[in-house]
Amino acid sequence: MVEHGKSGSNVEATVWDHSDSKEWALPIKPLEEKWKLVPAFLQVKGLVKQHIDSFNHFINVDIKKIVRANALVTSDADPLFYVKYLDVRVGKPDIDDGFNITKATTPHECRLRDTTYSAPITVDIEYTRGTQRIKRNNLVIGRMPLMLRCSNCVLTGKSEFELSKLNECPLDPGGYFVVRGQEKVILIQEQLSWNKMLTEDFNGVVQCQVTSSTHEKKSRTLVLSKQGRYYLKHNSMVDDIPIVVIFKALGIVSDQEIMAHIGLDARAQNGFGASLMEAFNLKIFTQQRALEYMGSKLVVKRFQSANTKTPAEEARELLLTTILAHVPVDNFSFQMKAIYVSLMVRRVMAAEVDKTLFDDRDYYGNKRLELAGSLISLMFEDLFKRMNWELKMIADKNIPKVKAAQFDVVKHMRAAQITAGLESAISSGNWTIKRFKMERAGVTQVLSRLSYISALGMMTRVNSQFEKTRKVSGPRSLQPSQWGMLCPSDTPEGEACGLVKNLALMTHITTEVDERPVMILAFNAGVEDIREVSGNPINNPHVFLVFINGNVLGLTINHRQLVQNLRYMRRKGRMGSFVSIHTSYTQRCIFIHTDGGRLCRPYIIVSSGRPLVQQHHLDELQRGIRKFDDFLHDGLIEYLDVNEENDSFIAWNEAHIEPHTTHLEIEPFTLLGVCAGLVPYPHHNQSPRNTYQCAMGKQAMGMIGYNQKNRIDSLMYNLVYPQAPMVKSRTIELTNFDKVPAGQNATVAVMSYSGYDIEDALILNKASIDRGYGRCLVYKNSKCTVKRYANQTFDRIMGPVKDALTNKVIFKHDVLDTDGIVAPGEQVLNKQIMINKEMPAVTSINPLEGQNAQVPYTAVPISYKGSEPSYIERVMVTANAEEDFLIKILLRQTRCPEIGDKFSSRHGQKGVTGLIVEQEDLPFNDFGICPDMIMNPHGFPSRMTVGKTLELLGGKAGVLEGKFHYGTAFGGSKVQDVQDELVRHGFNYMGKDIFYSGITGEPLEAYIYSGPVYYQKLKHMVQDKMHARARGPKAVLTRQPTQGRSREGGLRLGEMERDCLISYGASMLIMERLMISSDAFEVDVCRTCGRLAYCSWCHFCQSSAHVSKISMPYACKLLFQELTSMNVVPKLMLENY
Amino acid sequence: MPEERNQPLSYLNEFAIKQDPEDYGLADDVFSIEAFKQKLHIVVVRNDEDGLEFDMIGVYPAIANAFRRLMLSEVPSMAIEKVYIYNNTSIIQDEVLAHRMGLLPLKADPRLFSYRTEESPETGTEQDTLEFELKVRCTRRKDTLKDQAHFDDIYKNHKVYSGHLKWLPKGKQAQIYSESSVSCVHNDILITQLRPGHELDLRLIAVKGIGKDHAKFSPVATAYYRLLPQIELNREVTGKDAYLLQRCFSPGVIGIDENERAYVKDARYDSCSRNVFRYPQLMDAVTMARVRDHYIFNVESVGALKPEVIFVEAVKALKKKCRAFIDEIEAQ
Repeated sequence: MVEHGKSGSNVEATVWDHSDSKEWALPIKPLEEKWKLVPAFLQVKGLVKQHIDSFNHFINVDIKKIVRANALVTSDADPLFYVKYLDVRVGKPDIDDGFNITKATTPHECRLRDTTYSAPITVDIEYTRGTQRIKRNNLVIGRMPLMLRCSNCVLTGKSEFELSKLNECPLDPGGYFVVRGQEKVILIQEQLSWNKMLTEDFNGVVQCQVTSSTHEKKSRTLVLSKQGRYYLKHNSMVDDIPIVVIFKALGIVSDQEIMAHIGLDARAQNGFGASLMEAFNLKIFTQQRALEYMGSKLVVKRFQSANTKTPAEEARELLLTTILAHVPVDNFSFQMKAIYVSLMVRRVMAAEVDKTLFDDRDYYGNKRLELAGSLISLMFEDLFKRMNWELKMIADKNIPKVKAAQFDVVKHMRAAQITAGLESAISSGNWTIKRFKMERAGVTQVLSRLSYISALGMMTRVNSQFEKTRKVSGPRSLQPSQWGMLCPSDTPEGEACGLVKNLALMTHITTEVDERPVMILAFNAGVEDIREVSGNPINNPHVFLVFINGNVLGLTINHRQLVQNLRYMRRKGRMGSFVSIHTSYTQRCIFIHTDGGRLCRPYIIVSSGRPLVQQHHLDELQRGIRKFDDFLHDGLIEYLDVNEENDSFIAWNEAHIEPHTTHLEIEPFTLLGVCAGLVPYPHHNQSPRNTYQCAMGKQAMGMIGYNQKNRIDSLMYNLVYPQAPMVKSRTIELTNFDKVPAGQNATVAVMSYSGYDIEDALILNKASIDRGYGRCLVYKNSKCTVKRYANQTFDRIMGPVKDALTNKVIFKHDVLDTDGIVAPGEQVLNKQIMINKEMPAVTSINPLEGQNAQVPYTAVPISYKGSEPSYIERVMVTANAEEDFLIKILLRQTRCPEIGDKFSSRHGQKGVTGLIVEQEDLPFNDFGICPDMIMNPHGFPSRMTVGKTLELLGGKAGVLEGKFHYGTAFGGSKVQDVQDELVRHGFNYMGKDIFYSGITGEPLEAYIYSGPVYYQKLKHMVQDKMHARARGPKAVLTRQPTQGRSREGGLRLGEMERDCLISYGASMLIMERLMISSDAFEVDVCRTCGRLAYCSWCHFCQSSAHVSKISMPYACKLLFQELTSMNVVPKLMLENY
Repeated sequence: MPEERNQPLSYLNEFAIKQDPEDYGLADDVFSIEAFKQKLHIVVVRNDEDGLEFDMIGVYPAIANAFRRLMLSEVPSMAIEKVYIYNNTSIIQDEVLAHRMGLLPLKADPRLFSYRTEESPETGTEQDTLEFELKVRCTRRKDTLKDQAHFDDIYKNHKVYSGHLKWLPKGKQAQIYSESSVSCVHNDILITQLRPGHELDLRLIAVKGIGKDHAKFSPVATAYYRLLPQIELNREVTGKDAYLLQRCFSPGVIGIDENERAYVKDARYDSCSRNVFRYPQLMDAVTMARVRDHYIFNVESVGALKPEVIFVEAVKALKKKCRAFIDEIEAQ
């Protein structure tokens, strides 16, 4: 039985009546194959469905709303002029082929050609030209980058065969964008819920805050208590406004009416008296006076426009639009706002008395997740508004001018602005929205294609807005309300720990649905409009307030009945399945939510202690005559969001169903995410180990998709012989990891060998490596464009140069084809040229007037760097978006494992290769089996990865039996069964075999635990890291050795190392390391003036009489010169040494 | 096998292998060639398709192990070492293809070839080199019916097998060998798959080498030994327990007589899984041990040489090494 969160004491919540108690005696039979609901769910919802749903909602619904809201553009210059948007559509993806001819495109073409996968946004408009009214249809106003597999994407609804025709991997989840050839993901952004009251203690001040968010405005309003008085605080006002003033400004003038809103009991009256007194002291008795008071406290606007509003009018405007912007005001009746403010005051008053009423910011019900759709809609609205504003400016400017041609606004509509705005936002990740003063960086990231899992894991990532540097534990720690919604294991270590999270397997993020039908249903179900009742009922303890999306809807007397009815209607499909209804007993409120960004997850409904899903339903599912949606439709399964989950009693499995249970978990393993799902038997591991594996699974090499051979990525690691793991899990099957694996099953012997296995180092069998174990392919690309310039010059590619003497092609050009580009299949060595490109020396202005003048060219070859040679896999010549030639070369290396290469099992147990041993030296067992890998047993006690030992056992039995075992979380093959299988094949039941030493030939005294374990080869390889330098390049400015391996840099003798040498007294060594081997420089110093001299001549003294040569670091000399240039004179006083 | 021989035993206890307390192993033994000759027995138990099984009795582990090690890494065989790729338009990478070619077992008898030396030319000589070519081109079958979807029906040569290898005799090699005597051991090893338009054109150079250099030169799939198991019943086991006991060992190890009494039928093929320790009631009933100087060798050949030849080659190799060592000592 899982009891979530805070409402545990309210057992009465949703208990059904049961008269028949005998039924309870019968045990509930576990539903067989209940897990099959998970693939059925993923079929409809998919792992990245939240991204795609959200984007679909934007391009099909939201964009139309945005355009409708900003439909009219008028001009101050001509009252008759207007532009009206009638409709907007996002088209099918295409690519500009020049001369305004477009051609349908595919995502893969865009990846290869470094272009953006986008579709035109077309509008139908009506506008005036002079006195004519003109309609224009299908006018392109910009291009929308398309999310892969969204409703307008070419990949949607295609079969596997069709997808492979489009060069797309059928397993690729989509949900990302291709912008300028790069795959970009818009990470899910976690935010505090908007339009929701949050009571909290802020440095000792009890306050209730609401972040209002509507399409037009975002603002934060606070009600706080200071010295027993209540105030309203808002950014647009310099001072806190006494709350009674606000009430009066909102039109509730009499003190009695105010008290009716606050509460009429003695405690409320006592608590609120001081506030009433304050308003009295300020002599504010009327609405007008209150507005004037507020007007005097307004923040002075920087750009005072030429409006003639009085401060009081401005204050009223503020109350109307900005303060609590989400609360509706119709016809200047502020009643709803007054009620809302009074509720906020009540919350503060209640929290002052009872500290437990503070809201928890980290509680996941108070969070909303922002997805690609809503983020892009913000960006698009901003750009669209800007375009319309600019159209208006153009109209204002041009209409008064008298011209031959009439002013035609269509000629001034430019598509480039929206296109470039969206494209650059997605490609840079900088989300700047001026009207909300929003400025966010790092919203998008390049999709990591290290392995299939890393790409999939990235699509489920949730980014928190919290600052990473702050030292707070609250937002980082695992919240109980994250249960089932976010993976408890998958989070990075280090600074982003707990702030970057991952969705669990069955989590769905809601998209906004219309609240009006729900409101009507609620009213029909007995909710009474709050405007029609007086203040008294609000104070009645039996009356519950009903909120919808943070707004007060009304109140109800029978809250239990109402919730039950509403839920019943949801189950019957009368409202969207993602509408959530939950009761808060502490606040005496019922909350209905229909907004987007809530986390939710499906559960089996339990009624009268029986799960509604019966075995025959599952059989129907298996036969394919029932789909997941039918379960929803029939009211057998429903989605619960975090808040409603907290209002329910959810049984972990059938055995845990009790009389008051309301829901049953579909499958426990779904509370883990994609990455944690790879771990076999994770419930047997120490939890940090699963977290480590989540990080390492993303670095494992293997396959990245079926289309990996068609890709030209800047870096791609592949395994030559990837294998599906012997011990699988359901998640592995659901995520298709067994089809695109990243690792190999190595026969592991857990024993010590040779001492080269300390600190988790591994011993590898040379024969295994010879036969292809751990062999990997490393692909890199190098590319260049061949441009045309404005002055009629262009880049060119020259053929190979021959040596004049030998008539042989010179070494550097040895791999070039006759066209000046490398030939596929060639081996390129360090410093060889792959593209022999030349560029005109002058590209900007037309340098030569003569027609056939020779343009001087400079060579800008693309050459190969790297100590190890590479092979040319492929050469691609195409054109990019700017219609330049684009040449991409794919380079390949095949690498065998070597000492120092990093390997890891799926249990967070990483290690480097310590030694590679000949097969004959390795131990062998009675069956002649020789391990591929030896792992030191010291890796186990402190790490407590029992799951790994179980994986080994399961793998061994699986190999013998010829089947896969399962290590699914909270389930999996039982050890007893696995052992029986081992015994059946004549193996020891504990998995321990007799081994003989390969060196002495005698049997080893201990029995060795051995069998196959799935090992991942990680991307960190010695070849990419090894670095040493004796001499090499120096930095130009300081003349010190360069930094970093890529620049063949020096190895720094740092401060701490220097301290060691100082304390040891090795002064000459310091001298050598820090100066002689670095940037020693001979300078002339004038002994009379102490300044630097030059060529034995002191320019200051105008003499060479007292100039000496000393050697010092060049950096020191540079410092002196820089100081001199800033009018600071450093002087050197020399003495004989 | 002389039964009366006092067999040195190692006991298989529950958690470790323990030596006989009476047995001091090698510590006290003084090596004499006469005693060695007298003690050494070799009994061939099985020699068939699957490999060779023979017993080597009365030797030190070092000697038995030496043969095992030599068979794995010092007995030479022929394997493809160089691959000249003239054309490869398939999806498999050149290096991976070359690696796969190298692992193909060849039937050529390594004894008839010599090692490549520094002096031998790039292309090799007929004494040290075998040359093959692989020319495959995948095409679409013209006679296919419309609805056929099976690759075998619509493509020609879409699977490249080791049988596609063609031997190119060098010099007089054609008179000495036949194609069947030098080519791949199996003709159905899948090398790669092709699709119409893909083409392979390779020239392969096979040379003689040893397993120490690369596993592909090892003439054995595996060569190992195990010690002879010995099982003794300490007490009478009858009834249900007897059947349970029977199941704790490999089939045929424990017999049950008409009185439902368990007896040790033949311990030789027991897998020594020690599964009796799973049952507390049987733990004390059996003593399991292994005869410390009775080695059951298993040699599985890759196919070029017969397993017995491999063993003899290993002996020769050891002899040669000893000779070289003695020469070194005597030269001092």
